[in-house]
Amino acid sequence: MTPENNAGRRNLLKALAGIPVLGALGFQVFRQMKYNDKHNLQKQIIKELGLEDLMASVKPIKESSGDLIRLGIAGFGVRGPQLAAALGFMEKSQFANALENGSLDAQIKYGNFNIAITGICDVFDLHAEKGLVTAQHDIHTQGEFAGKHPVKRYRHFHEMIADKNIDAVIISTPDHHHAQMTIDAIQAGKHVYCEKSMIRREEEISKVYDAVKNSKLVFQMGHQIPQNAVFQQGKEIIRRGLLGKISQIETCTNRNSKDGAWIRHLDKQGNPKPGDTRSIDWKQWLGSSPDVPFSIERYYGWARYFAYDTGLFGQLFSHEYDAVNQLLGIGIPTTVVSTGGQYFYKDFGDIPDVMNTNFEYPDKELSLTYSANLASSQFRPRTIYGKDASMTIGAQLTVTPDGSSERYAGMIEKGLIDPSSPMLEILKVSDTMEAVDAVSSATTRYYASRGLTTTSIDGQEWDVTHLHLKEWLDCIRHGGKTSANIDKAYEEGVTIAMADISYREQCRTHWDPVNRKIIRAS
Amino acid sequence: MNNYSKWQTTLLVALRMLIGWHFLYEGIHKLLHPQWSSLGYLAEAQGILSGLAQWMISNANVLNTVDFLNTWGLTAIGLGLILGLFTRIASFAGAGLLMLYYLMNPPFIGMAPSGPMEGNYLLVNKNLIEAITLLLLAAFPAVQRYGLDSLRKNHKKKS
Repeated sequence: MTPENNAGRRNLLKALAGIPVLGALGFQVFRQMKYNDKHNLQKQIIKELGLEDLMASVKPIKESSGDLIRLGIAGFGVRGPQLAAALGFMEKSQFANALENGSLDAQIKYGNFNIAITGICDVFDLHAEKGLVTAQHDIHTQGEFAGKHPVKRYRHFHEMIADKNIDAVIISTPDHHHAQMTIDAIQAGKHVYCEKSMIRREEEISKVYDAVKNSKLVFQMGHQIPQNAVFQQGKEIIRRGLLGKISQIETCTNRNSKDGAWIRHLDKQGNPKPGDTRSIDWKQWLGSSPDVPFSIERYYGWARYFAYDTGLFGQLFSHEYDAVNQLLGIGIPTTVVSTGGQYFYKDFGDIPDVMNTNFEYPDKELSLTYSANLASSQFRPRTIYGKDASMTIGAQLTVTPDGSSERYAGMIEKGLIDPSSPMLEILKVSDTMEAVDAVSSATTRYYASRGLTTTSIDGQEWDVTHLHLKEWLDCIRHGGKTSANIDKAYEEGVTIAMADISYREQCRTHWDPVNRKIIRAS
Repeated sequence: MNNYSKWQTTLLVALRMLIGWHFLYEGIHKLLHPQWSSLGYLAEAQGILSGLAQWMISNANVLNTVDFLNTWGLTAIGLGLILGLFTRIASFAGAGLLMLYYLMNPPFIGMAPSGPMEGNYLLVNKNLIEAITLLLLAAFPAVQRYGLDSLRKNHKKKS
């Protein structure tokens, strides 16, 4: 070999010096991938628990189609505009905001229901006008569609339900109108979507139940949680018995703001919000409740008064109860005891701020508790306690094995799972939660933490209320059973009435299933 | 050109390949984890580039583009440094990227790190050191002799 050749070869080797390094890196990456795969605990745990097919329990979302449905909305204060937005109707400025933060992406792409809002009914001029503007702006058609279907304001609910141009109604008024409005609408032949809580007093429950049951119309209560994908997976985990025998369920409310305690009559600057006897039909607003002079505190903060609501029970426990009843089908309790008091916001209304209620189900061998506090926002999850594992379920789901479980003893011994931390976590893959933390109020965060705002299905972010309304509309068009149907509403109504009576009359309440009556015991 | 001892050249080339390894693995790791996003990192940005970071995460399309450029940028720079291909370009690009990371979260007074760190830094951190090291490598042409660049250059010379 000539020296020249030798030098050429050396230069070539120098030029290729990086190749072995690249090879070494490739080999190490391969080794690490193999290691990670073998040690992927989550994969192993899911296999051991037999949950590889868990995603199949999530209801797929199909496009809605069918003839036009014309809706009337009664009550356009707080919840009314939210429901309209979930249907795709919002004011232009609200639409621009929603477009920017991406919260409407799935709804705009896939959520055209072919509906029109043709009626708005509100006793307050300002709210009614807001409703009229909102109803004319459909996000799918940018207002063109709404022009074809003029929207009308009705001063009385009876006028709206008598109109042939309305097919179905949404009731988002204060709670003391819900029962009678539902009955009247059903009798007028309209489908009903009614916000919680359905009842204020025991005697209303059977009347609503009979009216809906005796009709062929579709009824849905405003409990959107069954539409949450996390919730559907939780239901499947329970159905497969992964928690073992369930003996106790803990539900809670923790909020710590005036807004969260429904003291809402002042604006951010501390001035009274708009509204007086000229712009509000106060007599109609009061309805069948006791006659009192106009009060701005009552108008905006009705949820604080037993005259119009059942307070924490109707407003927040109703969602907790519905979640548990949808998961476990527990139905009506045998006995309820409720105690608490107005310990913090003493100047407004008569509902308690702190409340502890026990619901006993001896036939099902389990106990449900509801503990609420409107003066502390310390988070407490919704927890289901089983012999083998406990589940927390809200915006996300965790399943933690019990240290004394025989079922999981083997897995614990192998070191696969550990009773001090969850063996299964289903997190909602979403950056909306971060958006919620950054921009929204404490009340919005509360609802998000309970799983009541958004869900992620097939990589799309959905408003659960949108999906819940969709289910109602799909059932109107094609038949089928709604999730929050009248049977569920009846069970909830009785349960809430039992708790409400127990608190207000300071007694233990029993359910008489034969005569379908609540009995007071001292 | 032959002013360096073998020992000096070997160490410089080794340094180039180690930094290349670091870059390439950062890129590969992101490719192997498609759910990775720079969202969390950018959301924590502080200092003069925090406005730029906020813009990057304000829109899903911008964020996806940033993630794509970052992942493939790291991979390409890593390959360049290990193989010694377009070494100077890779060195400058790598230094630029590292300076971007440095300025997105600089260890300046009053800018506490948002998460736990593996060390404690004041003005100087490892991003800055690695960036300067890449500039140093670019300043020493000797390191290019051990790499595909030498073939490119020979080819050019011959033709």
